Amino acid sequence: MGMADPSRTWAVDVTDLTVAYQNKPVLWDVDLEVPPGVLMAIVGPNGAGKTTMIKAILNLVPQVAGRVMIYGRPYAQQRELVGYVPQRGSVDWDFPTQVLDVVLMGRYGKLGWIKRPTGADHEAAREALEKVGMSDFADRQISQLSGGQQQRVFLARALVQDADIYLMDEPFQGVDAKTERAIMNLLQSLRTAGKTVLVVHHDLQTVPEYFDWVTLLNVRRIASGPVEEVFTEEKLREAYGGRVPFRSQEAAREH
Amino acid sequence: MSIEQLLHDLLFDYTLRTVALGAGVLGLVSGALGSFAVLRQQSLLGDTVSHAALPGIALAFLVTGSKAPLVLVLGAALAGWLGTLLVMAMVRTTRLKTDTAFGIVLSVFFGFGLVLLTFIQKQPNSRQAGLEKFLFGQATALLQRDVVTMAAVGAVLILLVILLFKEFKLLSFDHDYGVSLGFPMRRLDFLLTSGLVVAVVLGLQTVGVVLMSAMIVAPAAAARQWTDRLGVMIVLAALLGALAGVGGAVLSSLSRHLPTGPVIVLCASGLVAISMLFAPRRGLIWNWSRRYRNRRRLTLDAVLLDLHELAVQHADREHGHPASTLRAMSAGPGGIRRSLKVLSDQGYVRETASGSGVWGLTPDGWNEAERLATTLGPKS
Repeated sequence: MGMADPSRTWAVDVTDLTVAYQNKPVLWDVDLEVPPGVLMAIVGPNGAGKTTMIKAILNLVPQVAGRVMIYGRPYAQQRELVGYVPQRGSVDWDFPTQVLDVVLMGRYGKLGWIKRPTGADHEAAREALEKVGMSDFADRQISQLSGGQQQRVFLARALVQDADIYLMDEPFQGVDAKTERAIMNLLQSLRTAGKTVLVVHHDLQTVPEYFDWVTLLNVRRIASGPVEEVFTEEKLREAYGGRVPFRSQEAAREH
Repeated sequence: MSIEQLLHDLLFDYTLRTVALGAGVLGLVSGALGSFAVLRQQSLLGDTVSHAALPGIALAFLVTGSKAPLVLVLGAALAGWLGTLLVMAMVRTTRLKTDTAFGIVLSVFFGFGLVLLTFIQKQPNSRQAGLEKFLFGQATALLQRDVVTMAAVGAVLILLVILLFKEFKLLSFDHDYGVSLGFPMRRLDFLLTSGLVVAVVLGLQTVGVVLMSAMIVAPAAAARQWTDRLGVMIVLAALLGALAGVGGAVLSSLSRHLPTGPVIVLCASGLVAISMLFAPRRGLIWNWSRRYRNRRRLTLDAVLLDLHELAVQHADREHGHPASTLRAMSAGPGGIRRSLKVLSDQGYVRETASGSGVWGLTPDGWNEAERLATTLGPKS
């Protein structure tokens, strides 16, 4: 792992990333440097390409141009360092399987072909469920979960990957207060453990409270850096085209 | 025909034994593979593959002049597989939705197949007779060696599902996550889909191109009703498919006028109907009775809470009130006397004097109502 000199190696380093659907650019020439060990929010208006950026980093959508480096080496070589938490709406929750089974999927990459999860994998999965407050749900059919519980199952699945970098797509979307707290605690403990986390986020209010770095995106990169430097009314106005769905600066300082 | 006679024939009558074994193997394999198709919302895939196989059968005959099952089945597999690739390519490169692509390929290939079939039948020689049996299948024409071939190919498919169970589960549940873990999901998709094509082609001789998709969808749909575990669902779908196959073969043997393929499909559909109705949790009857019980319980709770509210307004907890007061308070249609009767059987209410029509809470009833009131919050 290329962490010999973390001050010089970005955890995630994206250069000139351009993605287009049907000839319409969704991301245009985006650069992104993420230092190791930060919690970074990716914010921007609807259609700004936030989800697309995560998917493009993971090579889930074709890139027109661009290069993605993870700790100084191409993503394809560093795949096992990166954990992905997709939007929970992206799967069929009526699928015939149990909570523990879904979490165990996080071990499939390390298991490789054909091999089945072992006792150690089950232990890791139960541990991860405990971390997200879902221990009692291990044997529950997944169709019985609430939205917030589904989200926590997805987080537990990413946790058992034991990755160094996590990419999360809207984990706070439509969750209950309990889940929001659970995710917050989880993000904190990931940062304490030296992990790097990129979170697509839609609630501007909570950015200064939850994150220490932020990227403002609207097809192009508007700004990226520490929250206190970048998360300004001026930059937000630039990203959201003048109509900032946000409180005034005075309210912001109350935090 | 007696049961003993039937069992005897099943074991010792060449035709019945062959047909039943063939149909059983077919049901087993299509049930297992079909589970993935159903869960991936690709039920139309089986339909498309089987219909797309028809021109393959006709062309195989035109090119080789042979009617050997192996030749025709290879042609069918090739055409069915080509149709599937075409659907995948259309979805990837155009803005067409999957169901539209399936529909286009299905009708174009099937139409072309019918044209070729008609063309072949208009030929002056008589070699061509019998190709049309692939439309609805002709199970009685199965030979022992056909069944051996089906079993061998089927065993390979089942082995594939057992070995790659984990990978196919990942593919069916969360494709993108699988990519992020480093699995070649597109190749897995291709492999699973090819397996389904082979399963469909296995059944063409027995069930025919028109009805084969039912063997893919029906056992899986029936099995889904009974379980919430993927592994159990696949095993169950395989067993139900085999049951439909053997059952259909035996039933159609009872009369000379019953075609085997359609009877097998009807058996499979019967299993679906039974599962839809009677399965616990997902079945219709289970849901109806649960809804009825819920409504009944809510009505009782409402009456209890009404009495509670009245009692709170009086100093006396067990103060009686006429049933007509309660009827006026309860929202919704009557049944107040029956509710009071049930509640009094449960020991929650009692009539102050027999036949007076004046009802009050018992101490138990008061406690129960207090509990309800705190769990439900203030009545609005």
